[in-house]
Amino acid sequence: MKYSLSVNGANRTVDVAPDTPLLWVLRDNLELTGTKFGCGIGQCGACTVHLNGVPTRACMTPVSTVGRMKVTTIEGLAPAAGKLHPLQQAWTELDVAQCGYCQPGQLMTAAALLRDNPKPTDEDIDGALAGNICRCGTYTRIRQGIKRAAELTAGGKEAAR
Amino acid sequence: MSATTAPRAVNRRDFLKLTGLAGGGFALAFQIRSARGGAAPAGGEFRPNAFIRIASSGAVTIVSKQPEMGQGVKTSLPMIIAEQLEVPWSSVTIEQGDFDEKLYGGQSAGGSRSTPNNYDQFHLLGATVRTMLVEAAARTWKVPAAECRAVEGTVVHSSGKKLGYGALAATAATLEVPAKEAVRLKEPKDFKLLGKRIAQVDTPRIVTGQPLFGLDLRVPGMLNAVYEKCPAFGGKVVSANLDFIKTLPGVKDAFILEGNGKVKELNPGVAIIADSTWAALSARRQLKVTWDEGKVASESWDTFVAEARAKAAGPGQRTLRRDGDVAQALAGAAKKVSAEYVYPFISHANLEPQNTTAHFRDGRLEVWSPTQVPANGVAMVTRVLNIPADKITLHLTRAGGGFGRRIGADYLVEAAAIAQRVPAPVKLTWSREDDLRHDQYRPGGLHFLQGGLDAQGRVTAWKNHFFTFGEGGQPGSGGSLSPDEFPGRWIPNFLAEQTMFDTGWPMGPWRAPGSCVFSWVFHSFIDELAHAAGRDPLEFRLELLGTRDEMPAGSGGGGKGKQGGGYSVARMRNILKFTAEKAGWGKRKFARGSGAGIAFHFSHQGYFAQVAEVTVSKDGQLKVDRFVTGGDVGRQIVNLSGAENQVEGSVVDGLGTLLTQELNIERGRVVQGNFHDYPLIRITESPAKIETHFLSTDHPTTGIGEPAIPPVAPAVCNAIFAATGKRVRQMPLSRVDLRWS
Repeated sequence: MKYSLSVNGANRTVDVAPDTPLLWVLRDNLELTGTKFGCGIGQCGACTVHLNGVPTRACMTPVSTVGRMKVTTIEGLAPAAGKLHPLQQAWTELDVAQCGYCQPGQLMTAAALLRDNPKPTDEDIDGALAGNICRCGTYTRIRQGIKRAAELTAGGKEAAR
Repeated sequence: MSATTAPRAVNRRDFLKLTGLAGGGFALAFQIRSARGGAAPAGGEFRPNAFIRIASSGAVTIVSKQPEMGQGVKTSLPMIIAEQLEVPWSSVTIEQGDFDEKLYGGQSAGGSRSTPNNYDQFHLLGATVRTMLVEAAARTWKVPAAECRAVEGTVVHSSGKKLGYGALAATAATLEVPAKEAVRLKEPKDFKLLGKRIAQVDTPRIVTGQPLFGLDLRVPGMLNAVYEKCPAFGGKVVSANLDFIKTLPGVKDAFILEGNGKVKELNPGVAIIADSTWAALSARRQLKVTWDEGKVASESWDTFVAEARAKAAGPGQRTLRRDGDVAQALAGAAKKVSAEYVYPFISHANLEPQNTTAHFRDGRLEVWSPTQVPANGVAMVTRVLNIPADKITLHLTRAGGGFGRRIGADYLVEAAAIAQRVPAPVKLTWSREDDLRHDQYRPGGLHFLQGGLDAQGRVTAWKNHFFTFGEGGQPGSGGSLSPDEFPGRWIPNFLAEQTMFDTGWPMGPWRAPGSCVFSWVFHSFIDELAHAAGRDPLEFRLELLGTRDEMPAGSGGGGKGKQGGGYSVARMRNILKFTAEKAGWGKRKFARGSGAGIAFHFSHQGYFAQVAEVTVSKDGQLKVDRFVTGGDVGRQIVNLSGAENQVEGSVVDGLGTLLTQELNIERGRVVQGNFHDYPLIRITESPAKIETHFLSTDHPTTGIGEPAIPPVAPAVCNAIFAATGKRVRQMPLSRVDLRWS
């Protein structure tokens, strides 16, 4: 089946089986490998993308259900070429990642949180990010990174440390 | 900083001798572009060795030879070279080297050894090249090298004139490599980079989702493979509905591999090759295999546990260590404590499932793999598939977590075996279920402990009957208890006995093998003894460590183990006191339901102590409020951000393992399949506050990927006891009722 998708602002057409999870369409057909495969059952959050702005598990989303919803992946998180999203900037400043495999999913979930809640508390952060596993255990820095991104968004330019 | 001695000619044998690098091609590589080594490279590039390239533009490239799996060596080890080379970090590009131990020396990343194995050599490497650049400037200006010094990618003469490294590259490329004696290392007081917080070099790619990991790899014309193995370890394929599978959409081929009869090498199974990952995964759901499960299918964890309990009071199969007379000391003890501790098998659960891409053509194999020990993969492919090592090219991809799992090369040899049958490059992707059910596990174990105290509350006797799991007659990795494991050597009447269940279950190194559980058992039991003695847990431990500064290796017992070796009691005492002070041990009063616990451990050359502060609600919910770590890994923290990140991750990993991780093995197979029944720690359970402190001591710099893990679980469990009076003797905590009233 042919599907016309809106991915990171561009129209992309793929010819795949209707039950193909969006995850594998992104990774295999569109060569957008930033969205990660971790569990395949929506438990780990490594495959988190935005559908019309809502954090969604791409591994559990058949391509046939996407329709004209706008798909945003980690490759499309930055506001423009050569620029970084405040979260990406904060993640760099604070060296959040260890292996880095889960971080695209963490960032996509965090981006939706910050959009809806510009000054999240630790509790807000834990609540929003509870679906994203980091096997390396960078949770402390994820909390710090989100808070730093909130500062950057609010115009704070001072160094985090 | 200045270079005062001119490089002089030195022959290769002298160089090897001088630098202590004999035996590898490391030094040969060092000479590759020397004056006698051949023509200067095109474009005036200076390539003094396999690790450093300086372009005429001044751009510096450093090759990182070690596998990167999140431990940060792709950043930290090149920092050492850059420091000594005296170049601004911002001007450096890091490249991942392929597997080539003749060129680079050892490329194994395990046992927290990347830093200690390379630290001194990388200092020398950078300093040697810097010395050559200074000499190149001196020759250009016809001045003594002593009047020149290197400053941030330039060489400056005392008169003030200066030249960039790029401008000096062509001249430097004509010079002999100087002898070690002619190279002056930068002093730690002059370090600009080491000890600073530097973000990982792959960060820009990680945060923007660029291809980086094994699973992200794409080779033109590549097909995708999945591989179904027998749920019971080592089971063989009798038959499979291959003809039907081959008719399914996107499927290019399906075939059976026999395996080589070794559960940690090439397992028997059914390969499905398809034009996309999803086509392969979909077809696999319709795969029907008849298995010959073999004898392993009779082995279950519960049966072994019951057998251990039945045999606990009897003698062990082996005596690991015997000092004094435990029976007599226990009989005469003023107080006795006995306890059973049990912990399950667990998985590494790297978030990036195992995978490898392989291309076999014309008798040659090209492989892209997230591996910790590439040499293991090449050796296994050579042994199992008869492909000579010189016909194998192995590219190292970033690995989505290591934790010891990727020391094994089963998934790599599996991909290579599949590639031998496929006329195209092929990427093998394991499902999460494959990963959990075909791991090489951290073995479970049981310890039946008895301790005796004298009237003054000192430990006089310690007896342990340890039940472990083995494969092929030897305990699995992490299932081997060293006779020197603390508190062996410290207690006058000490008996450690072992009984081993030989199984067909695959076991492998799991982050701080052995230590990651022995520390929990022993520091929990030490806490029990402290409580029985009515003593403060810190004071009790300091008294147990005693007043001597060094504990020599192997002063008893018959076995050998990882911890066998000198143990600096002084370093441990110091880090314990340091950590207690940082945590404010004993200075706070906790309300009932809250409390602090302490533990320490020496492993992987690192001395670590930790204090946990927890709150347990009346309905048994645990919250770690604060976790303080003190670590002594020698003189120099290389990358402070990376080091802190490793410790923070270790705290979360140690806690996560304690909280929920457990594999049930029934009839030779793992019951759990995915993160819904094998839950990993989430942000909601992560400590509210993690504090990390390093104590610099005058000892060699050592690694930090593992030694912070072992004291985490006992510190938390000892805090739980302080908070609730409940002693945790079973992992995971999800099986323990922590309710109190």
